[in-house]
Amino acid sequence: MNISIDIREQELQTIITLAGEIDAYTAPKLRETAFPYTEKQHANVVMDLSGVSYMDSTGLGVFVGLFKSLNANEGTLKLVGLSDRLKRLFDITGLADIMNINTVAEGGVE
Amino acid sequence: MAAVDYIEMKIPAKPEFVGVTRLTLSGIASRMGFSYEIIEDLKIATSEAITNAVQHAYKGEEGEVLIGFGMHDDHLEVVVSDNGESFDFHKTKELLGPYIDHSVEFLREGGLGLYLIETLMDEVKVHQNEGITLFMTKYLEGEQVEMDAETVST
Repeated sequence: MNISIDIREQELQTIITLAGEIDAYTAPKLRETAFPYTEKQHANVVMDLSGVSYMDSTGLGVFVGLFKSLNANEGTLKLVGLSDRLKRLFDITGLADIMNINTVAEGGVE
Repeated sequence: MAAVDYIEMKIPAKPEFVGVTRLTLSGIASRMGFSYEIIEDLKIATSEAITNAVQHAYKGEEGEVLIGFGMHDDHLEVVVSDNGESFDFHKTKELLGPYIDHSVEFLREGGLGLYLIETLMDEVKVHQNEGITLFMTKYLEGEQVEMDAETVST
């Protein structure tokens, strides 16, 4: 019932790998940790969610916040490695049409 | 219909205990024979209700959230109740819904919780008195009925 956040800064992108549960308890920690990486100009942030076992609207709220911050700074946010469960959550809330999400972890995110 | 088995738990109105309730709910729903997919939906809807209670009801003051599980033959009823300050469910609900406007400025960072509850559960009722009590029903397969939320006033 916790979250682990691993951050790797590469030349062209920052890869944030999450594992565990994103809920009312862990979402604030995720927001605080990830937010600074969205405030740089033209930052490309990739979040790997393949290790996320549970997420609800508190998690969606965090991703919306990060997405908005990156947009304001002309950066990009890519969510990869979503399980069918997580994908569904983005689908039914309409976020899948707005944000860049992918069910497979891409090359560069091993 | 056979007697209803009822399980109740009371947690401090703090975010760290929402996950504890999910574990209990998983056990109960699994015992009733719900599928993995439905159990995951139940976990989200119940967590949303408790999160709302924790975040809206007490505004930093200590409080408790009561969660009840009514195990019926053909459905599970989850009751989430706070006795603190309630929020205006219907007014709040009007502001909610899926994201259909694609402009980034429009995106809200919170407020999808109630929308998910209504989407993932079969029936949702709200009882508003001292605090707010949410009754959420999920039927075992084949008995789903779409219903809008309604308020039972006292």
